Amino acid sequence: MTPLLSISDLRVHFPVRGGVLLRQTGAVRAVDGVSLEIANSETLGLVGESGCGKSTLGKAVVRLLKPTSGTILHRGIDVTHASQRSMRPLRRDFQMIFQDPAESLDPRMSVRSIIEEPLVIHRLGNRAERIKRVNGLLDRVGLPVSAADRYSFEFSGGQRQRIGIARALALNPKLIVCDEPVSALDVSIQSQILNLLVELQRDFGLSYLFIAHDLSVVKHISDRVAVMYLGKIVELAPAETIYRDPRHAYTKALLSAIPTPDPRVRRTKILLEGDVPSPIDPPAGSAFGHRTGHPRYAETIGMDLGLAEIAPGHHVAADPCCLSEEDWQKIRELRKTAAPPFTAA
Amino acid sequence: MNPSGDNILEVDKLITSFETDRGLLRAVDQVSFSVPEGKTVGIVGESGCGKSVTAMSIVRLLPQPTGKILGGHVFFKGRDLLRSSESEMRRIRGGDIGVIFQEPMSALNPVHRIGRQVAEVFRLHKKISKKDAWDAAIEMLDLVRIPAPEKRVMDYPHQLSGGMRQRIVIALALACRPSLVIADEPTTALDVTVQAQILDLMARLQDEMKMSVILITHDLGVIAETCDEVVVMYAGRVVEKAPVGELFANPLHAYTKGLLNSIPTLETPSKSLLNTIPGMVAPLAEHVHGCRFCQRMGRITRDSRERPRFAEVSPRHWVEKCPECYQP
Ligand SMILES: Nc1ncnc2c1ncn2[C@@H]1O[C@H](COP(=O)(O)OP(=O)(O)O)[C@@H](O)[C@H]1O
Ligand SMILES: Nc1ncnc2c1ncn2[C@@H]1O[C@H](COP(=O)(O)OP(=O)(O)O)[C@@H](O)[C@H]1O
Ligand SMILES: [Mg+2]
Ligand SMILES: [Mg+2]
Repeated sequence: MTPLLSISDLRVHFPVRGGVLLRQTGAVRAVDGVSLEIANSETLGLVGESGCGKSTLGKAVVRLLKPTSGTILHRGIDVTHASQRSMRPLRRDFQMIFQDPAESLDPRMSVRSIIEEPLVIHRLGNRAERIKRVNGLLDRVGLPVSAADRYSFEFSGGQRQRIGIARALALNPKLIVCDEPVSALDVSIQSQILNLLVELQRDFGLSYLFIAHDLSVVKHISDRVAVMYLGKIVELAPAETIYRDPRHAYTKALLSAIPTPDPRVRRTKILLEGDVPSPIDPPAGSAFGHRTGHPRYAETIGMDLGLAEIAPGHHVAADPCCLSEEDWQKIRELRKTAAPPFTAA
Repeated sequence: MNPSGDNILEVDKLITSFETDRGLLRAVDQVSFSVPEGKTVGIVGESGCGKSVTAMSIVRLLPQPTGKILGGHVFFKGRDLLRSSESEMRRIRGGDIGVIFQEPMSALNPVHRIGRQVAEVFRLHKKISKKDAWDAAIEMLDLVRIPAPEKRVMDYPHQLSGGMRQRIVIALALACRPSLVIADEPTTALDVTVQAQILDLMARLQDEMKMSVILITHDLGVIAETCDEVVVMYAGRVVEKAPVGELFANPLHAYTKGLLNSIPTLETPSKSLLNTIPGMVAPLAEHVHGCRFCQRMGRITRDSRERPRFAEVSPRHWVEKCPECYQP
């Protein structure tokens, strides 16, 4: 079956300009060779430190950004280079919600106009039908119909997120990219929004690309989880597996850094040295090996560090700096016998 | 309450209000808690519940002229800070009490080099030469594990990453080896990996310097991992406080239970519906009777005139004994 979303070897680079003439002096390799698929009714969680390229990847998926190279297929249709115009009918199925709904909701528009706008753009329904649809959507996301005539800034953060979700739902999408939708919310409101997203998925068979930095939230809502580091996916596995049996050193460090809300648990943390790295002129070899000063870093320059399937459905970067010796040997064996499942990075 | 020997800080029935267009609004409503010597006390609660205003009241850094402390005591080493002179307070702040806020840029001066800013703290609180203060600043940056401190002293704040800036703020707060540190959401703006570094650093320095800490956060995970005791605030009041193990194992107030149950943990079944707390945080007013959490839940209580009694139900475990919300 054709996957709902399929991207391969996707790259999104931003030019860095310098000097008086603002010539391009380098590139921010925000997304640097990402391949993944999302099935119907599936949630793929995407985690990683700030600046690793999560939002850029999310925006490229719904084509709010133009990829530098690679391909994006929406239900098998290549939209990589689709113009804004030709994207229009396709965009109905792929929507996005953001961390700060305030930024994406026009303060001069009433809540009704905000939610109705996608219907108007796509010339769907007459005025009466649209009013009915907006009322239905408000109800579905847990807002009173009276909210329609107010402005988004009159609402609290959690309610604004509901407005953003109602707007995203207006066109009956198949997939919603959720970019840190609960990061700015208090825990009691966060759980309300997570519950809403889970219910909507159940009712409408929605798929999500769920971006967050809180791993317990991601584990809760995701079927599979992708761990991103400096523009690349370094591990991808079913949610349970990522937490029970992480193989990549970065995944292990990220997991151990999450504070556990249980005072009886005393874990030793893997503390990463230094700062979140910069995607401007990233290291030539293993980016994480470079950060940790791994003795095998030099070997990885020029090496194919793409994902390998170490166990069924469990993909990890073939990077000797980030794997146990056992896993690394296993991957070398795999590579001898078969071509790697994903295009090399 | 008598200032007791084992507590470095005792906050007793603190009341803080703001003058606004809508009249006085009470942000902190008779808050009481204490910080035992050498321990970490966490203050947790949803945004707007009064955590920061409590912290600012303790060191008397409320926004002026609107912020007003209207009652209570804050005993620090037996002395009531609310009755100390402004010049005494200036000596104590950055001296014996260090303060760390969420946004490091608010504590740093963008136009001065890092070294100068740290050295100034020494110059202000200790009578030492410029040269000695500069050397002390380098030593301090080394203590908070900033690589190449002799080079970093020449940097300006904007040249550093968020994590490095927060280390500088910690260096400023700890420069005079305070006995109490108040850290208001020190890691909220940071990535979990950097948060882990900063919390580890603070724990190690606390150990070395024998400091007491008030850690304000909305993250129950951070509370569980770093605190000895926890104060749970709701709408300007303390609804429950207890040693950390006791609070997580045996929460007694409906609000605490609601908070603890609403977070997914790594053990929560995937895509199960999480507990939610209905309603919204009650708006501030100057005089509020009755139980604030019952008001959020839309409950009409038997006695809505009287504020529930705050009582110690087991050793060091205190809870607001509202007939509805106290759920042993
Ligand atoms: N429009 C842009 N122009 C230049 N650089 C950008 C742009 N958008 C994002 N970046 C850079 O790309 C990198 C990835 O950013 P982003 O996708 O926002 O990361 P995340 O969402 O994981 O925090 C960052 O270094 C960021 O500064
Ligand atoms: N300068 C101010 N003027 C008026 N009200 C304020 C001011 N600062 C804070 N408040 C109010 O006091 C209450 C407590 O705020 P705060 O202590 O900052 O909460 P938090 O627990 O999130 O730190 C909030 O309702 C806030 O709106
Ligand atoms: Mg982002
Ligand atoms: Mg605050």
